Amino acid sequence: MEIFGIPTALLGSQLLVGLINGSFYAILSLGLAIIFGLLNIINFAHGAQYMMGAFVAWIALTRFGINYWVSLIAAPLIVGIVGVLIERLMLRRLYKLDHLYGLLLTFGLALIFEGIFRDQFGISGESYEVPELLSGGVNLGFMFLPIYRGWVIIASLTVCFGTWYMIERTKLGAYLRAGTENSQIVQALGINVPLLITFTYGYGVALAAFAGVLAAPIFQVNPLMGSNLIIVVFAVVVIGGMGSIMGSILTGLGLGLIEGLTKVFYPEASSVVVFVIMVIVLLVRPAGLFGKS
Amino acid sequence: MQLKKFTTTACAAALAALSFGAQAQISGGSVKIGVLTDLSGTYSDLAGSGAVLATKMAIDDFIANEKPNFKIEMVTADHQNKADIASNKAREWIERENVDTVTELVTTSTALAVMKVAKEKDRVVIMNGPASTPITNEQCNDVSVHYTYDTYALANGTARAVTQQGGKNWFFLTADYAFGQALEKDAAAVVVANGGKVVGSVRHPFPGSDFSSFLLKAQASGAQVIGLANAGADTTNAIKQAAEFGITPKQSLAGLLMFITDIHSLGLKPTQGMFLTTGFYWDRTDETRAWSKRFFDKQKKMPTMVQAGQYSSIYHYLKAVKAAGTDDTTKVMAMMRKTPINDFFAKGGQIRDDGRMVHDMYLVQVKKPADSKYPWDYYTIKATIPAAEAFQSLAQSRCPLIKK
Repeated sequence: MEIFGIPTALLGSQLLVGLINGSFYAILSLGLAIIFGLLNIINFAHGAQYMMGAFVAWIALTRFGINYWVSLIAAPLIVGIVGVLIERLMLRRLYKLDHLYGLLLTFGLALIFEGIFRDQFGISGESYEVPELLSGGVNLGFMFLPIYRGWVIIASLTVCFGTWYMIERTKLGAYLRAGTENSQIVQALGINVPLLITFTYGYGVALAAFAGVLAAPIFQVNPLMGSNLIIVVFAVVVIGGMGSIMGSILTGLGLGLIEGLTKVFYPEASSVVVFVIMVIVLLVRPAGLFGKS
Repeated sequence: MQLKKFTTTACAAALAALSFGAQAQISGGSVKIGVLTDLSGTYSDLAGSGAVLATKMAIDDFIANEKPNFKIEMVTADHQNKADIASNKAREWIERENVDTVTELVTTSTALAVMKVAKEKDRVVIMNGPASTPITNEQCNDVSVHYTYDTYALANGTARAVTQQGGKNWFFLTADYAFGQALEKDAAAVVVANGGKVVGSVRHPFPGSDFSSFLLKAQASGAQVIGLANAGADTTNAIKQAAEFGITPKQSLAGLLMFITDIHSLGLKPTQGMFLTTGFYWDRTDETRAWSKRFFDKQKKMPTMVQAGQYSSIYHYLKAVKAAGTDDTTKVMAMMRKTPINDFFAKGGQIRDDGRMVHDMYLVQVKKPADSKYPWDYYTIKATIPAAEAFQSLAQSRCPLIKK
């Protein structure tokens, strides 16, 4: 059977692959959206923090024999702590200034982090093995699905929707949202708003690092792995609506699918399709699909 | 911009004074070698600081072995793979610092830009990193040497060997820009000429990171061989993901432009059994091992063919300066062409009038993890491709300097 001249089996497999890439977009754009929504900082270091997550996992495995499962928790924690330090020491001074200053600072930090890793580990990248438990694959009839790729979808969706629930449905999330609306009143009610903001940035960074650990067995762990991805992820956030939590998750998944389909019908355009959509969305709904203008 | 500058000084002045020998006609009193390479980007592992080290080793060895009566200096800079930075730096070096030869020049665009400057200013260009064939064809000139390899030699060697061994049906995974397309074209022609067939191809955006969609297409095509007409991180990610999706070993991969650093970074598990063509392998002879171990002691990595070629070409250049008794470009170029190259890198290597240095190339197969006995033990040499077959013949040349 064929649809538009493409065998359905091939189409099904491409959609699934698109969904896997979409899960990466979702988890990365979610982190960016949280940081922008609550801190008003455009975190350009997000790609570098994703790369650091992957490298921490690789270093943990090769130097200390720490396995994938421990890294999945530990690497986001370590990189998250680096994020907390950045917020406390640097970003904090910029909240009263224009967005541009935060963007420039985090962009500079991204270049520094990438430079340090490039100097230490070279440019060719390092290999991270798929963990034993998730190696191999299953034959779905229309494609051979590596088990690890299936795990990526499950893990990232769990974390994405867990985060959404925490921010939109719990008391802690309510404090966070209130704190960004009017921090003085919330502070007057006895809540430590600066601490909340530090925690939020650390959490956003940890999400990037978590995506990095998920990516390590799929891509070469390379100092520039984040810089290639981050521009697309920014487009995802803009399409979804800056600061919209659910918007960034759904847009990430949706764009992964669209990109997957483009790879079937016109592969040459697959790297620009996201930006074409971004232009259209900005013309029609400048605040993004899920944003409030 | 990162600019490292360090100078290697010979104690030749004292020697010259003692020896009463004829003073060589050296402009500015010293031979100055510029190493213009990628010190921070995509190609910094295969060329980069290793190429700088190789140059330094060549200068030190030349001074120790040949006792020249002139001073030799080296300057280095990062061209960041940008043609405008490369040509500006080359111009500055030549005009202000009296640099005699600009060398290495990984990425074709930087090489072509510097070739123009060098021709205008009458200085020597020695290229080891860049891959494309226009350097010695449409864009050739008489001050340039393309030393280590080119896309023709790599595609030709690998595609022919794989097709002849029964890999008749090919599918190309091609980086969607001039280099990838040229590589695919060269390789496809060789496949067809050897009785094979190209059943399909897909052009992927450059740079890419997820190749699974494209690989699934390649899988669906039923081709025996997937030809990777791309380079660097694109190639390594494609290989890694082909193993993940169970495409290899049912279908085999042929890397059309791969370096030992790519194999090192991926490990042997996903790369085992792959064929590739190289101009140098460290573990080939006692001579290559001896030189490579010296290199390894300083760099902590085995040399790529680009780095080994950089050493060999600089040594050859310095020998030509000594033999000609001058650093005059025309005379040095004539001497470099006249003298065959015989060292650990090449035996009977010859620089042709189109600037192409022709030498034997090697078809290698990546070892199985179990067969690799020590670090960097990666290749089995399957065939030596004689110089005459390895490179494009002068009869096919599109270089205007070649009179037919």
